[in-house]
Amino acid sequence: MAGNEKKPPLLEVIDLHTSFTTDKGEVQAVNGVNFVLEEGKTLGIVGESGSGKSVTAYSIMQILEGNGHITAGKILFQGEDITKYTAKQMNIFRGQKCAMIFQDPMTSLNPVYTVGDQIMEAIRIHSDKSKQEAREAAIEMLKLVGINDAERRMKQYPHEHSGGMRQRVMIAMALASEPWILIADEPTTALDVTIQAQILELMQDLQKKLNMAIIIVTHDLGVIAQMADEIVVMYGGRICERGTADDIFYRPAHEYTKGLLHSIPRVDNMKEKLVPIGGNPINLLNLPKGCAFCARCDEAMKICIEEVPPELRMPDGHLASCWMNVKNHNYVEVSEDNE
Amino acid sequence: MSENRSEYLVEVEDLKEYFPIRTGFAKTTMLKAVNGVSFKIRNGETLGLVGESGCGKTTVGRTLLRLYKPTGGRILFEGNEVNDKNMREYRKEMQMVFQDPYSSLDPRMTVEDIIGEPLDVHKLYTTKAERRDKVLNLMSLVGLNAEHATRYVHEFSGGQRQRIGIARALAVDPKFIVCDEPVSALDVSIQAQVINMFEEIQEKLGVAYLFIAHDLLIVHHISDRIAVMYLGRIVEMAEADELMSNPMHPYTESLLSAVPIPDPETARKSKRIILEGDVPSPLNVPSGCPFRTRCRYATEKCAGEVPPLTDRGGGHMVACFKK
Repeated sequence: MAGNEKKPPLLEVIDLHTSFTTDKGEVQAVNGVNFVLEEGKTLGIVGESGSGKSVTAYSIMQILEGNGHITAGKILFQGEDITKYTAKQMNIFRGQKCAMIFQDPMTSLNPVYTVGDQIMEAIRIHSDKSKQEAREAAIEMLKLVGINDAERRMKQYPHEHSGGMRQRVMIAMALASEPWILIADEPTTALDVTIQAQILELMQDLQKKLNMAIIIVTHDLGVIAQMADEIVVMYGGRICERGTADDIFYRPAHEYTKGLLHSIPRVDNMKEKLVPIGGNPINLLNLPKGCAFCARCDEAMKICIEEVPPELRMPDGHLASCWMNVKNHNYVEVSEDNE
Repeated sequence: MSENRSEYLVEVEDLKEYFPIRTGFAKTTMLKAVNGVSFKIRNGETLGLVGESGCGKTTVGRTLLRLYKPTGGRILFEGNEVNDKNMREYRKEMQMVFQDPYSSLDPRMTVEDIIGEPLDVHKLYTTKAERRDKVLNLMSLVGLNAEHATRYVHEFSGGQRQRIGIARALAVDPKFIVCDEPVSALDVSIQAQVINMFEEIQEKLGVAYLFIAHDLLIVHHISDRIAVMYLGRIVEMAEADELMSNPMHPYTESLLSAVPIPDPETARKSKRIILEGDVPSPLNVPSGCPFRTRCRYATEKCAGEVPPLTDRGGGHMVACFKK
C-alpha cells in the first residue's frame, strides 16, 4: 500500500484470521480483518457479541485463551510482524509498546495486593528502576489519571476503590511504561454514565499529552461517536465497513451498519419508531458461505448467500463489503486488501 | 377488589425501604435504599425511572410489587391500598420483567411451563387444552413460534429469552408491569426488537409500565414521563421531552450531558459537565440534599435541609433550592 520511502503506519493488521478449537469444532472468530492505526489517532471497533471485536484486540496482544490461535495474517507494528515474535519479544511489546485495559476493573486487579504494589510491579517489569524510583513513578501516574491523595491510595487494596477509581488505576498501570498504543476493551461498559464521561475524558486528555494511539472496542455507538477518528464495523468475524466516524455515521454503505444506526433512538427525533434488525445473532459454528449478515438482511440477494462480498471503495473514500453497492454501481474501485 | 377507582392506576406515597446492614460487631446501620419516593402512573402510561447504580431504582420496582416489605409509605392500586392481606390478588394485576434473561428463567422447565406457571398459580384455566391455547396465544403475541413451546431456555438467544420473560409477565393479563432494565443485557439490534415489542404490547393491551433503566436515550424513547433518582430520592420528574430539553436539577443536567450521543457532529460540539468524584455510599448519605457534595451550586442551605419536590409548572417537579 505505502511506497518505499513512506514510513510504515504504527499498526497495520493484514488479513487476520483467529480461530478457537472447541468440542463442537473449529470456531472462526476473526475471519480476514484488515485495518490501519496511525500514531496518536483513535480507532473504534464496533460490533455485537460474537462479532470478533474483542478477539481482534486479544490477537494483537496475543493473549488469547489456550484454545485460540492466529491461523493466518500479519500484524505489523512499525513495519515489523509481531506474530513472528518470540515469547520474550512479545513480553517487551506488551506493556512497553502496547498496553490494554479491560471491561471489568475488579477482576483485572489482584485483590490481595495493594494498588501501589501492582502499579510498581508493572513499572519494574518494564524498566530497571529501583523500588523507590518505581514508587515515585507510580504516584506520578496516579496523579496523572486524576486520583487525588495518591500516596494514601497507593497503600489501599482494590476493594477500597470504586469502579471508576479502579478503572483509573488500570489506566495508570497500562500507561506506566508509556506505550505507543492503548487498547481499551469495553473500558466503560461496567461504569455509570457520569463515571463513564470522566474516564472517556481522561483517555482523550492522556492521548493528547502522551501522543498515544487508542483502539477502543465497544458495542456502544455513543461512545464510538465521541471517541473514534476511524471506525471499523464488524459482524460475524468479518469487517463490514471501515472509514472515518463521519463516513460510518452519515454515509453508511453496508446494510448491517444502516440497520444498527436505525436500531437506536434518533437524536433529532426521539419518539420515532425504531427499525430493528430482524432475526437472531449469528452462530459462529455455522457461518454462511456468503456474507455473514445475509440471514438477517432485508436486501439479501442470491449472490449474498453464495459469495463473500469484496471490499469496495465508496465515492467518499471509505470501504464497505456489501453486494448492494455492486448492484447499485455505488463504488469507485475494488480495495487492494482483497486477496 | 372494590370499585373505588382513582384517576391513577398506581400511586406511591412516601415509599421507604431500609435494609439493616451489619457494620461491625453487634452493630447495624440502616441502608436507606429508598427514602421517601412518591409518584403516580396513569392507565396505559410509561414512567421511566433513571439513575446510577445504587440510587435505589430497582428497589423501588421491587418494593412496589412487595417483593420487599416496605419500611414506610403507601402503595395504592386503582385507589385501594395494597397490604399484606390483599397482596396476592394484586400480584395478578402487577407483574415484573427482570434484567437478566438468563437467571430469571428456570433451565429445567419448558417454555410452555414457564409461561403457563402464572396461569397455574392463579388458576386461570379449566382444561389442559385451554392452558395450552393461552400459552400459544401469548407466545405469538411476543413473536415466538408454536414449535418453541416444548424447548428449554438454553436453546434460546438473549432476545428470545426476554420475549419468554415478557410472555410470562403477560400471562395473568396484568394492567401494570415493572420492567427492570429489560434490554440492558441485549445487543443493540436485539434491543430495538424488544423495545418495539414493549410498545406494540402497550398499544394492544393498554398496560402501564414502570420502565427502569440507566440508558437515557432508550428511556426517553419509550417513556411518557421520566423520574430521575439519586441516593434513594426522586430529584426531578417531568414529561420526557421536557425533562430532556429543559433539565432543572443540577444532577439531571450533568447526567444528560454525560450521555454519549451516537452522532459525531453533536459529540464534537457538546460540552460536558463532568461531575467530580463518585456517588456517596448510601450507608452514609450527606445531610440535607443528597447531591450537594457533588453539586456546583451547593450552598449552606443545601446542607441544612432536604429540598422538597415542588412543581415548577406543567407538572415539572424539581427538588432543588436553586431557582
